[in-house]
Amino acid sequence: MIEQPTEIINESRIPAAVVNGRWTGYRMLLMARLKELFREPEVIFWIFMFPVLLALGLGIAFRNKPADAARIVIAQQSGAEHVAELLRHVHSEQPLKIEVLPSDQAALGFRLGKFDVEIIPQGSAVEYVYDPARPESVLARSLTDGALQAAAGSRPTIPTSSRVNSEPGSRYIDFLIPGLLGMNLMGSGMWGIGFALVEMRQRKLLKRYAATPMRRRDFLLALATSRLILMMIELVLVLGFGVVAFHMRVVGSWLSIILVSCLGALSFAALGLLTASRAQKIETVSGIMNVVMMPMWIFSGIFFSYERFPVIVIPFIKLLPLTALNDMLRAIILQGSPLSSQAAPLAIICLWGALSFLFAVRYFRWI
Amino acid sequence: MSATSEWLVSCSIPRVASWEAGLNNRAKLNMNDKVVVQCKDLRKTYEGKVEAVCGLNLTIYAGQCYGLLGPNGAGKTTTIEILEGLLEATSGTVEILGYTWLDHPTALREAIGISLQETRLSEKLTVRETLELFGGFYRHPRPVSDVLDELGLTEKADAWVGKLSGGQKQRLAIATALVGNPRILFLDEPTTGLDPQSRRQVWDIVRRFQSSGGSVLLTTHYMDEAERLCDYISIVDHGKVIAEGTPAELISGVAGHHRVDFALESEPTVSAELWRTLPGVGGVHHDDGVTALTVEEPHLTIPALLALVEQNGWRFSQLTTRQSSLEDVFVNLTGRRLREE
Repeated sequence: MIEQPTEIINESRIPAAVVNGRWTGYRMLLMARLKELFREPEVIFWIFMFPVLLALGLGIAFRNKPADAARIVIAQQSGAEHVAELLRHVHSEQPLKIEVLPSDQAALGFRLGKFDVEIIPQGSAVEYVYDPARPESVLARSLTDGALQAAAGSRPTIPTSSRVNSEPGSRYIDFLIPGLLGMNLMGSGMWGIGFALVEMRQRKLLKRYAATPMRRRDFLLALATSRLILMMIELVLVLGFGVVAFHMRVVGSWLSIILVSCLGALSFAALGLLTASRAQKIETVSGIMNVVMMPMWIFSGIFFSYERFPVIVIPFIKLLPLTALNDMLRAIILQGSPLSSQAAPLAIICLWGALSFLFAVRYFRWI
Repeated sequence: MSATSEWLVSCSIPRVASWEAGLNNRAKLNMNDKVVVQCKDLRKTYEGKVEAVCGLNLTIYAGQCYGLLGPNGAGKTTTIEILEGLLEATSGTVEILGYTWLDHPTALREAIGISLQETRLSEKLTVRETLELFGGFYRHPRPVSDVLDELGLTEKADAWVGKLSGGQKQRLAIATALVGNPRILFLDEPTTGLDPQSRRQVWDIVRRFQSSGGSVLLTTHYMDEAERLCDYISIVDHGKVIAEGTPAELISGVAGHHRVDFALESEPTVSAELWRTLPGVGGVHHDDGVTALTVEEPHLTIPALLALVEQNGWRFSQLTTRQSSLEDVFVNLTGRRLREE
C-alpha cells in the first residue's frame, strides 16, 4: 500500500496560512474572467451595444409607417396633363405622387428606381411601364389603374369593406428582436469562448494553467458560467430595448425565455469550444468561426423568415442550432407557446451542444 | 555563498544509495541527501523523426540549484517540460519527490512551481488578481502579500499586468510559481531578454527560494548565470548531456583555470604545436585570428610566450588573460559558441 501521496508532498516548506477549498479555483477563474471581460471596451460594445444599435437602426428603417406614396411619372406627351389632372383629384387608398417629365427623363427616372410606374399617354388610352419584380411597382401600377378607372366612372361590382390591423406582435420589429437575440447569443457564445481560448493558448496561458493543480473541469465550468452571466445581461438588454423603444409585447413566460436562452448560450459556447479546441492562432479560429456562423446568419431567419428559401432546403435549415433557437424564441416571445410544444427545436439545440462539447473535450489541446 | 560551498561538498556523496534511501526513509535523512528529481534515459522524439532529447539522465538533490545549460535548440525546454509533466517522454523514467506523473499528477502539481519560457499573463488583470487566481489553484498557497513583498512587486500590486516592464512581468511569472508554495521550482530561461538589473533581481529571488529550503531546476544559455547561480550544471547539446559537474569542476576539468588570448600583427603562419610547447599550456584554440591558450599556471606561461614572440621578431596586436568561464568549457567541448545571437 502506497502512503497517502498528497499528504507527503504537501508538507509545505512554509507553513500555509490559508487552505483553499474545493471551489476556490473555480471562483477565482470566474472572477478573473468577468473582470477581464468588463475591462475590455470592445467586449462591451460587441456584446451589449451592437445588438441594441442594430435593433434601433433596423427598427427605424422598417418601422410600420403609413405606406409610402406611390411615385408616378407621366411622360410629357399629348394627354399627359389630362391624366395627371384625373389622378390628382381621384381618391386613392395610398397617396400618389405625380410628376410630369419629358419622355426620356421619365424613362430614365423609372429605370433608376426614382419612380414606381411610368405612364405613357397614347391618345385617350394609357400605357403603363412597370417592373413585376418590384412589389412597389406592381402596387403602384394597380393603384394608378384603379384610380384612373374610378375617375373615368367605373364602379366596383362586388361591395367590399376593410378593417385596419397593425397591433404590436405582427410588425417587422417584433419579428426582428428575437432573431437579434438569437444571433447575439450565437455570436457572443462563439467569440466569447472560442476567441478567448485560442488567445489563451497563443499566449501559452492555457499551458501555464495546465501546469498548476487547477481542475480542468473547473476551468471550463467557469467559462460556461461567465457566458450565462453575460447571457442574462444580453437578454434583458435586447428584449428590454424592444419593449421600451418599440412597445414590443412579450407574450410568453420569462422563465421559458430564460431557459431557452441559457440552452442557446451553452450550446453555442460548446460550439465555440469545439472550434477552438485545436487552433493555435487567432487567425485560424476566426476563419473557422466565420465558416461555422455564416450559414446561420443567412439561413436561420435572423432578419427575414427562412420560409422564403426553397421548400426542399427548409428541413436542413431547421436542423441548424440558430434556427432552432430563433424558432423557439419567436414562438415563446411572440405567440406565448409553452416550452412543451418546442420538443423538436429543444432536442436539436441540446444535441448540437452536447455533441460539440464531447468532441471539444476529446480533442482539446491545452499545450 | 554558504549554500554553494555546502553543495560542493554534498555533490561528492555517493548518490544511488541515498536516492533509494530517500524514498523509503526520508525522515531520518539529512535534507541534503534527498533526491527530489530523478530522470533516467529520457528520450523525446517528435513525429517519429526529430530527436529532441536522446538519453538524458539527471538527478537533483533537495536544496540544490541545478542548471541545464546549452544553446538554443539543445533540448533544454523539451526536457524541463517533460519534468514538469507538460510533455510526455517517448521513453525513459521521471520521478519527482519519488512519484511519477502517471500515478500522482495532481499531487505533483501541488508540489512544484513553474515558469514557462514564454507566458503572457492576462493583461487586464492586476498583479494581485493574477496571484490570487494562481493561488486559488493550490490547496496550501502562500499569502499573496508575502509573495508580492518577496518579489518586490508590492508597489505594482494594483497595476494591470499589461502595464508592467519586462523585468516586472518576469518576476510576476516567477511569483505565480511561488504563490503555490512549491518545493521545487522549474524555471525555463528565466532571464532571457532581461536587462542586467532585472536579471540580478531574478537571481536574488532564486537564491532566496533556495535558502528557504527549495530546490531549483533552471535552463539558461547564459554562462554567467549558470556560473553564479547554479550549484550543479549539466551542459546539454543536441539532446545529450555532454558534461556535468559543479561550475568549478567543469571549468578546471575541461577548460583549465586560465585563458590567455592573443593575436599577432600580420599573422605569421605558426603551427599550433609551437604554442603547445610553452610551459603550462593545456590546449590551443584558434578562432577568428585570435589564439586562445588554456593555461594552468599563467605565471609560467606568459613570460615564455613573451620571450618566444620577441625571439621571432613578431609583435602582439592583442594580449589578454582571464579566468576561464563556462563559455570556454562549451567552446572546448563543441567547437561552437554557446550564444549565437
